[in-house]
Amino acid sequence: MVPTQTESQPAAAASLEEADRRDLDWWIDKLVEGLVFIGGISAIVFITAIFVFITKEGVGFLGSRFDFSEFFFSQAWRPTSESKPTYGALALIAGTASVTGFAVLMAVPFSLGAAIYIAEFAPPKQREILKVLVELLAAIPSVVWGFIGLSMMNPLIIELFDVPIGLTVLNAGVILGLMAAPIMTTIAEDALKAVPDSYREGAEALGATRWQTIFRVTLPAARNGLVAAVLLGVGRGFGETMAVLMASGHSINVPDSVFDSVRALTATIAAELGETAVGSEHYQALFTLGILLFVVTFFINLTADLVVRGIRKS
Amino acid sequence: MVSDTPTQDPLLSVRGLGIRYGTKQVLSGVDFEVQRNEIFGVIGPANAGKTSMLRVLNRMDAFNKNMHVDGEVRFRGKDIKSWRNLYALRRRIGVVFPLPVGLPMSIYDNVALSPRLRGIKKKAQLDEIVERCLTRAALWDEVKDRQSQLGSLLSGGQQQRLTIARALSQDPELLLLDEFSIAVDPVTTMKIEDVLRELKSELTIILVTNLVQQARRLADRTAFFLGGTCVEVGVTEDLFTGEVQDQRTRDYVEGRFG
Amino acid sequence: MFEATARDHRNQRVQTSIRLGFLSMTLLLAAPVLIVLGALVYKGMPIISLDFLLGDPTHGMTQGGIFPALVGTVCIVVVALIASVPAGVAAAVYLSEYAPENWLTRAINLGILNLAGVPSIVHALFGVGAFVLFFGFGTSILAASLTLAVMTLPVVIVATKESLQAVPMAFREACWNMGATRWQTIRTVVLPNAVSGILTGVILEVSRTAGETAPIMFTGAAFFLPFLPQSVYDQTMAMSLHLFVISTQVPDVPEALPYGVALVLIGIVLVMNSISIAFRIWLRNRKKW
Repeated sequence: MVPTQTESQPAAAASLEEADRRDLDWWIDKLVEGLVFIGGISAIVFITAIFVFITKEGVGFLGSRFDFSEFFFSQAWRPTSESKPTYGALALIAGTASVTGFAVLMAVPFSLGAAIYIAEFAPPKQREILKVLVELLAAIPSVVWGFIGLSMMNPLIIELFDVPIGLTVLNAGVILGLMAAPIMTTIAEDALKAVPDSYREGAEALGATRWQTIFRVTLPAARNGLVAAVLLGVGRGFGETMAVLMASGHSINVPDSVFDSVRALTATIAAELGETAVGSEHYQALFTLGILLFVVTFFINLTADLVVRGIRKS
Repeated sequence: MVSDTPTQDPLLSVRGLGIRYGTKQVLSGVDFEVQRNEIFGVIGPANAGKTSMLRVLNRMDAFNKNMHVDGEVRFRGKDIKSWRNLYALRRRIGVVFPLPVGLPMSIYDNVALSPRLRGIKKKAQLDEIVERCLTRAALWDEVKDRQSQLGSLLSGGQQQRLTIARALSQDPELLLLDEFSIAVDPVTTMKIEDVLRELKSELTIILVTNLVQQARRLADRTAFFLGGTCVEVGVTEDLFTGEVQDQRTRDYVEGRFG
Repeated sequence: MFEATARDHRNQRVQTSIRLGFLSMTLLLAAPVLIVLGALVYKGMPIISLDFLLGDPTHGMTQGGIFPALVGTVCIVVVALIASVPAGVAAAVYLSEYAPENWLTRAINLGILNLAGVPSIVHALFGVGAFVLFFGFGTSILAASLTLAVMTLPVVIVATKESLQAVPMAFREACWNMGATRWQTIRTVVLPNAVSGILTGVILEVSRTAGETAPIMFTGAAFFLPFLPQSVYDQTMAMSLHLFVISTQVPDVPEALPYGVALVLIGIVLVMNSISIAFRIWLRNRKKW
């Protein structure tokens, strides 16, 4: 079979066009690309939907009853008052801030210390075990933490400090600190691990001790990751609901000391939403608290993301 | 498919091919033609742009946003950029890259993968293809009794031959081989070279190699690449007997640099 | 000379004490897990029995078992997985295999970060607004599960993406070189080698989903409902909410009861986590290439 040139070229061209068909596999490939793209943007769709839906439920309150100075500067959260309901969220904000602040103060040194130990000192086997323990710490459900605050920490605090009630900023703060610690430890450890070994070797070659190397070289180099770790820990504490609800004493109050009971924004929603009628002013006010929580955590996460992105650039 | 007028109907023609990654030009102004049923050698030192060129020939540049291609490549007279289904184009062009990749599935599945994707399901037919391709790649005798083992756990040389078997299982019209003998011992290299000589009657081969003598043993015609350009294309024997147009070609084949 | 040695000794001591200091900080962080577990086992174990696990709560939830809550938690978790695993795997496949480096991909990643970071009670509000009211599912297993599915989506996405990216690029290229389409490559080479990593993520998600309370409080979990759910449109009891209810809302509960519930709940969660961790370690030590 030896075709002449004049015959073979059109025939070849035809069979080539035949070969270059968009076959079933090609279309399936396109279809799958479309499907996984939908999966991919679902994250954006959901986060947007969250904002849209909580705004939709809360917008009635924001549009009419909402009073900026009352909301942010009044301690009077009396949504169920028959005569004149008031919606001052200051005490709730103070409650969230005090518990979160105390938790972060507690957790930051321990988390960073643990991250430094795991990343810089621990031999491989030990590191493995410690990381598993940290992961298990993160796995304990918040309602179990709340129960621990209620049934174990509460009597312990009353006993130790000789105070009338143990469901306080101290209690919730310690619990929340333990809950925020794993995420801070994990991310801080990742950040330390990401510092190239050449930095450490360089410093040690100059005669720096391990300790000097960590403080002068490794920690500064991992700075952004450590900041992100703390921010995400703050976000975790800020948004925690059940543990704070159960361990903080649940009294509307700007605390003077760690032995005061407080009530957090999240806990308020959890405690009151079940008792409100859909669409009522109180119901909408709770969604307004939700909007506040959403916006604040969104910015915390955004900042953490930008800070982390900063590391990759440099 | 043997054409009696090879010079007028090349299987592959490359005109003014240039490749750049971002702003880094790795290849420019390359022209050559590959005839049906020949072994076309490509020689030249490292970083001459040879591997990048192979990636363009089977349109792997489509998956690399950073890779820019100028010029024109025609496969059987049809511009490869005009292919709507570039997977169909790739099925016709087998590639073997220097680092052998045995896929993490059984040896049998490695070779049967491409036929299966083409829609061949019959066990007997698949068995036949697998045996034929493994035999041709000089691997059958070593693995015929353990075809269910993981292909990715074979030795480097065996993985390289597995990769060749896989490329053959595509039933390609054009086979691109990029320094296939790097991970293979000399005896096996010779075996594979014999196979390539046999295959010449069925398909066309572009053989990129850094072993000048391998090109001399196998290639009908050879192109010499240097520093991102194609210096010279000619009948292989001419390059080695001094019938060269460019002094650099002579220097290279005689081993003055490399 | 002598001075230098003295300094060396001092340095040595400082080094050791710094090391011990950091170790003790780490242990202080790890100790609570063990203390909490120990206390729960000590106080909760006596009440655990087959009757407790398979019995209904009685006497206003002050006696009896936890069977409806256990079944409810299982139902909620299963429905949540059915909803979130396909979406999560698809998202991870997109991010790992298709997504170009552009603003949209960054936005998706930011969305995932935020889904994971938004407070659980905000997810609960979203569940009420979207699934209970807008889509009209009412307070039901379906609404609760979908709320949890949205909330735990990042767990599946992150775990799947990591295991997909652990499959070497060379395998994909080898497949593409043979003329396989992207999807054929994903189906035949990428997913089969990532499936165990995906499973690890799914198990982790089970553990997260089983323990959550706030998102299901108003979307589908009931305080007290001693019947088993008949369909996804029914409400149900759940372990996590049951623990909250009997430890805060119900008077005169014997002390051991909430400890028993907490022990079962944390048992489920930790067993799931341990499986996931063990699986991961096994995967890392198994060499396929």
